[in-house]
Amino acid sequence: MSAHGSPPTLPPGDVSPRASRRLRLLRAKHIPLLATLFVCSLLYTAAALRYDYFASAGVFVNFFRENAPLGIAAVGLTFVILSGGIDLSVGSVIACTGVLIASLAQHGWNPWTAMPVALACGAALGLVMGCLIHFFQLAPFLVTLAGLFLARGIAAVISLESIALRHPTFIELSELSLTITRDLWIPLSALVFVAVAIVAALTSVFTPFGRNVYAIGGDEHSAVLMGLPVGRTKIAIYTLSGFCSALGGVVYAVSIGSGNATAAVGLELDAIAAVVIGGTLLTGGVGSIWGTVIGVLILAIIQTALIFEGTLSSWWARIIIGGLLLIFIALQKLLTRRTEAAQ
Amino acid sequence: MSRTTNAAPPAPPAPFWPAPTDSDADRAGRYQRQRAIPRELWPLLALLLLLLFNYFFTPGFFQTEVREGRLYGILIDVADRAAPIMLLAIGMTLVIATGGVDLSVGAVMAISGAIAAHLVAEREQPLWLALLAALGVSLLAGVWNGTLVAYLRVQPIVATLILMVSGRGIAQIVGAREGQIIEIPPADHPGFAMIGNGSFLGLPFTLTLVAVAFIVVALLTRKTAAGLFIEAVGNNRVASRFAGINERLVTVTVYALTGLCAGVAGLIAASDINASDANNAGLNLELDAILAVVLGGTALTGGRFYLLGAMIGALIIQTMTTTILTRNVPVELTLVVKAIVVVVVCLLQAPAFRDAILRPLRRGRMQISGGGA
Repeated sequence: MSAHGSPPTLPPGDVSPRASRRLRLLRAKHIPLLATLFVCSLLYTAAALRYDYFASAGVFVNFFRENAPLGIAAVGLTFVILSGGIDLSVGSVIACTGVLIASLAQHGWNPWTAMPVALACGAALGLVMGCLIHFFQLAPFLVTLAGLFLARGIAAVISLESIALRHPTFIELSELSLTITRDLWIPLSALVFVAVAIVAALTSVFTPFGRNVYAIGGDEHSAVLMGLPVGRTKIAIYTLSGFCSALGGVVYAVSIGSGNATAAVGLELDAIAAVVIGGTLLTGGVGSIWGTVIGVLILAIIQTALIFEGTLSSWWARIIIGGLLLIFIALQKLLTRRTEAAQ
Repeated sequence: MSRTTNAAPPAPPAPFWPAPTDSDADRAGRYQRQRAIPRELWPLLALLLLLLFNYFFTPGFFQTEVREGRLYGILIDVADRAAPIMLLAIGMTLVIATGGVDLSVGAVMAISGAIAAHLVAEREQPLWLALLAALGVSLLAGVWNGTLVAYLRVQPIVATLILMVSGRGIAQIVGAREGQIIEIPPADHPGFAMIGNGSFLGLPFTLTLVAVAFIVVALLTRKTAAGLFIEAVGNNRVASRFAGINERLVTVTVYALTGLCAGVAGLIAASDINASDANNAGLNLELDAILAVVLGGTALTGGRFYLLGAMIGALIIQTMTTTILTRNVPVELTLVVKAIVVVVVCLLQAPAFRDAILRPLRRGRMQISGGGA
């Protein structure tokens, strides 16, 4: 439990060598998350000082609203990366789901049946990819690359044109929000993101499934020898990631009011960047859902700050994200080297 | 760099070495029989099958005519359009042979095209300088990737992901106006237009570039020990280091070469449309290149590599795309076809799948116990 939960409270003054080593290891493991938090607050403070109105609650809520699809997909991807795998198909699945519900609604389906069907399709694609990865031991990178092609292709075959979501239910959903004060309301998409993040974070820490994910990422062979259900868990992980991407796609389509086959191109890169910046080791086994949420926030702050700046083109966002990725990967290398040396 | 270079190889542990059995000899014989069939045969068969399909169902697919001393026709067009994929596949084959992968080639293409276009069209620099600068930066990008992989020991997917994410951004800010397409009027710059549109010996000039790159790399890898070094690093990095191979240098060189190939491909892409489009130049081409390499018979796990197979793989991909284009169906269908091809080819290469197909009796015992890829 304590191996991947919140740090256990050590009795004060306990300085036995064993306890201090545990403390050091825990610290080393949490440095990426702390670094992420530090960068996040630094960026936020800098932007808030530089631009008027940046520190307002409305802008903050907007971080979650604008990046809800990315965030939901990144949360699902976190499980995959924690287990030592990778899922490149998230962006395409988002686009495919959007086109699917729009097309189904166009053909007279009820939104409340179209959306579960789309979610089931995303989960089914994840299930198939997980089965290919587990049963035939194919590289996750290649299988999910095929998934990327497949989902994008299917989306384009369904419709090349953008299809508007005209059903009143969709419009109601996109306008649904939780009113805090007269000037501040939290839209449904942001609420879904936060809810998914909370459920996923609790799942990763407090359920056998979550522990198995960490165990597989730590050392798959050991996990097998320990008798953990490695195969079932791996398939479940990819299914979960497919489901999360599909949910992100539904949220995306509803919030922009249409389904588009060319939506979310390259979103998988942003999602991977968010997970890595969030302190999850790409080798698996170490990381947290909270880190990913903060990683998404960092991306959101960079994008919003560039909009506030106005003169800089949005291309700088990509360069900055690339630079942050580099810094965090170097930090991870440094830390893993040190913990390896310590052991 | 290795301390154990001069150490004698350990004697085989005789007591633990089982005596050769019939099944061992059998297996060895089978191995030799397998080796007798060149690995390039299967992709070649697939390509011939595709061409045969087009022979019967696509009118005019094989028609070629000579106009102004140059061949024209769908077949020539397929080869011309496959040129960037082939160039990328040459580098990618070597990278994959070392057990890595380079996701940044598409972004490097965009950077190379943007730099050349900026220098030629906006700065009025001589052509040779622009080409040298573009290729130099591409080489640097490759060295950067290789350094991250070889010295910082970052996983290749992640190391090259950094440049894949930021590369297109860098390509966008090159040039007088950020994020704008830089046009290169072919009338003012005939030399640059020649790269993608010119002809040599009656064939598109791009094919000359591919042929030169292929012959140079094939000679370097097959007539010197370099190919052996690359395969050794891909098979077992640690063992190759103990065998005295400068494994880090091999890795950096391979990524640098891939960067250079991507740079040339970027020049072709920019010259082809007489403009540098940082958004779309080489978009998704890294995936095509990887697919071409895998189609050619090189396993993603590294080791043995097949350069000629990768060239055939690139031709298969482009023939497939052109076939679908002439069928009057959405071009995006190629993506679905590619996805299916990737999965089928990988399944055919996967030992677990072969076991399941070849030994159906043992299927009940095929309890797969993980094992990461």
